[in-house]
Amino acid sequence: MATGHFKQGIAGGRLSPEQYADNFSDLHPPLDHHEALVESDRCYFCYDAPCMNACPTSIDIPLFIRQISTGNPIGAAKTIFDQNILGGMCARVCPTETLCEEVCVREVAEGKPVQIGRLQRYATDVAMAENRQFYPRAAATGKTIAVVGAGPAGLAAAHRLARHGHDVTILEARPKAGGLNEYGIAAYKSIDNFAQAEVEYVTSIGGIDIQNGKALGRDYQLSDLTRNYDAVFLGMGLGGVNALRADGEDAQGVTNAVEFIAELRQASDFASLPVGRRVVVIGGGMTAIDAAVQSKLLGAEEVTICYRRGQEHMNASEFEQDLAAANGVIIRHWLQPKRVIAEGGKVSGIELEYTAMEGDKLVGTGERLTLTADQVFKAIGQSFVPAALNGSGALLALEAGRIKVDAEGRTSLPNVWAGGDCIFGGDDLTVSAVAQGRDAAESIHRALTSNGRA
Amino acid sequence: MADIRNNFVGIKSPNPFWLASAPPTDKAYNVMRAFRAGWGGVVWKTLGEEGPPVVNVNGPRYGAIWGADRRLLGLNNIELITDRDLQVNLREIKQVKMDWPDRAIVVSLMVPCEEHAWKAILPVVEETGADGIELNFGCPHGMSERGMGSAVGQVPEYIEMVVRWCKANTRMPVITKLTPNITDIRKPARAALAGGTDAVSLINTINSITGVNLDSFAPEPTIDGKGSHGGYCGPAVKPIAMNMVAEIARDPETHGLPISGIGGITTWRDAAEFMALGAGNVQVCTAAMTYGFKIVQEMIAGLENWMDEKGHASLDDIVGRATPNVTDWQYLNLNYVAKAHIDQEACIKCGRCYIACEDTSHQAITSMVDGKRHFEVIEAECVGCNLCVNVCPVENCITMEPLAAGVIDQRTGRPVSPVYANWTTHPNNPMAKVAAE
Repeated sequence: MATGHFKQGIAGGRLSPEQYADNFSDLHPPLDHHEALVESDRCYFCYDAPCMNACPTSIDIPLFIRQISTGNPIGAAKTIFDQNILGGMCARVCPTETLCEEVCVREVAEGKPVQIGRLQRYATDVAMAENRQFYPRAAATGKTIAVVGAGPAGLAAAHRLARHGHDVTILEARPKAGGLNEYGIAAYKSIDNFAQAEVEYVTSIGGIDIQNGKALGRDYQLSDLTRNYDAVFLGMGLGGVNALRADGEDAQGVTNAVEFIAELRQASDFASLPVGRRVVVIGGGMTAIDAAVQSKLLGAEEVTICYRRGQEHMNASEFEQDLAAANGVIIRHWLQPKRVIAEGGKVSGIELEYTAMEGDKLVGTGERLTLTADQVFKAIGQSFVPAALNGSGALLALEAGRIKVDAEGRTSLPNVWAGGDCIFGGDDLTVSAVAQGRDAAESIHRALTSNGRA
Repeated sequence: MADIRNNFVGIKSPNPFWLASAPPTDKAYNVMRAFRAGWGGVVWKTLGEEGPPVVNVNGPRYGAIWGADRRLLGLNNIELITDRDLQVNLREIKQVKMDWPDRAIVVSLMVPCEEHAWKAILPVVEETGADGIELNFGCPHGMSERGMGSAVGQVPEYIEMVVRWCKANTRMPVITKLTPNITDIRKPARAALAGGTDAVSLINTINSITGVNLDSFAPEPTIDGKGSHGGYCGPAVKPIAMNMVAEIARDPETHGLPISGIGGITTWRDAAEFMALGAGNVQVCTAAMTYGFKIVQEMIAGLENWMDEKGHASLDDIVGRATPNVTDWQYLNLNYVAKAHIDQEACIKCGRCYIACEDTSHQAITSMVDGKRHFEVIEAECVGCNLCVNVCPVENCITMEPLAAGVIDQRTGRPVSPVYANWTTHPNNPMAKVAAE
């Protein structure tokens, strides 16, 4: 054990280089050829397969698994990419345990679903390693489309539009493309710079120009886009982080979990990343788990997740909760933050209040608990920041703080579509963002070409 | 405890599980390992006549097909008879028989179709103390090109002639091993019986090509770019073998002729099925070549357990018990009606029964009921074909339930008749007889 393990406060270098490397290796190592064949043999090739229906992008899972089993992983990859061009990342980050694998009939029969996610990764890895491109572009239409945000929704939309022969410009605020794939997921879920490799793979179809460092509302306005392009697709993420609503939350050491996660993904040396010795994470979703587990993996001695409701209410899947537990994270329920305790402006602890349900209402019981902490992560949700939209002439209709769209992704403004986390009614999943981007692209294509005929 | 000791044409063995004439029985080393593992007997790999032994190819001898998880379902081979010196084999047979007197050792033979060749080999085999001989009239590759093996087995007159020579020249029991590469298996069996054989054994392997290499466009197994048909065996051939065993067992001309059953026997259950169809014992090869000799321990324990459970005291209680129930199609009861039934508790909702029935059969299974994924038999459409049972991945989830006499068959709207009636008397049969058989 490296000497830095018990350093007080927020500090880096808690572990040896070997420990960092081991801790941040692939969470689900890829299946090798033999493992893929054994696993693919388990698929029953169901009729109207429940897995396929559970997939937000409706990948024909039985077909691609059968293709793997018959020695055709390239064909399998095409089956996947036909529905989901970001099938590689989705294979890594999809909560399959609550989607396809949850409804796999072998889960029903044996409690052991076919490992669909890992098989999907196997097939897409083979195709991407060979840089097999399946989709030639249609003849150029001369239409131009602006896509705001190079995240899963934007990339999926751009690829589908490029396929149809349109020219796409993606405007991305961050220095790199990929959105949450690049900045928002745990490092051990996407190693070896996969998000950038996937961006390369998707954009190599041609006709997609990504411009980084271009933020809507800061560098250009929505009205600029509607004026200069034939159509606009909005695929922004959630820029706001919900506040703790606890006293003293501006103390040094209170950190946004999403920023921590983003920094971790961008770090070239894990030892340079400071983390508290005793960490408290407030929240109950995937972000809370990602922040907690990674804190632990960076060498924090004690990591506690505090969630204000019960285990059954947590947004984090059971698999994620188990992952946290297996990594030594303590998950405590029915606790809400009341006060961040600071010494000399730095966090030294957090005071929480026990909660209970009173009918349908969550109430504090009055009983308090104080946990020692030198770092507190806020992971209680993110929100869409609509301010950037307001530079346009006409106002975009919102619903519950996010962009309102119809079933095809059309917003209230003509020639403006939207998808991904910024729209109302989504489920904040990468795979759903891909589906929305893809479907909006088809809608745009129909609109621009009189029902698909150029 | 059930008694599974076997007496096959006077050859005694502690159990009915013999290793068939094949690579596992080519030399003393293997045979002794087999006996230590518990095998009741062996048929020593086929000996040829005195002189320079045959030679084998020096590349792949085996090809295979596989099921899920690469489980071996069928194996083929292009290996010939023993390629070891005759005297070495004879010495080893004698020694092993002396060391293992309670086990059966039968010696497989294949020499040219000339009486002097058989007259020459029979006494030297007899001298080993072996319990009997098996005439290899089945091997379908290589040797058949030289007028032996299946080239003999495909000509009933030759079978009868050679069997007669053997019976005239040895006191040992003669088992005639038949090739399945023939249209009607009853003909060679009848010929063997006419020649005086003590028993038949079947099946030998089936002519086959297990695969084609799609890079070299050569059949597999491939020897320097070429392939030859080989003999196919293993679990995949079991249904073919069982039918042939049953055909001989129920043929009035050969009824009662002892049969040693061979063909894909892998478990105690396979063995019991062969014996129920009329085999007095069984021979195994592919299962041992796939999993090793230890499998016999499962076979022995499984057979004993099943016999105990069912109250069968000895093998005589089970041999041939199913033979009377094998009949011709024309005698099946056309008034018998069964319907598929899906156990909803056991159903895992894969939908394979539905799509098989919908796409390829009688549209007799639902996929959706009240907006929910639900698979249920529509009795008014179900013809009782059993396809759904066969494609269901869960054992006993779908069963065929007979309708009792008097119950209305939803498909025809008529009550099920209690009377047995078959095609021979059916009104749609232009050849119908006046009365039932």
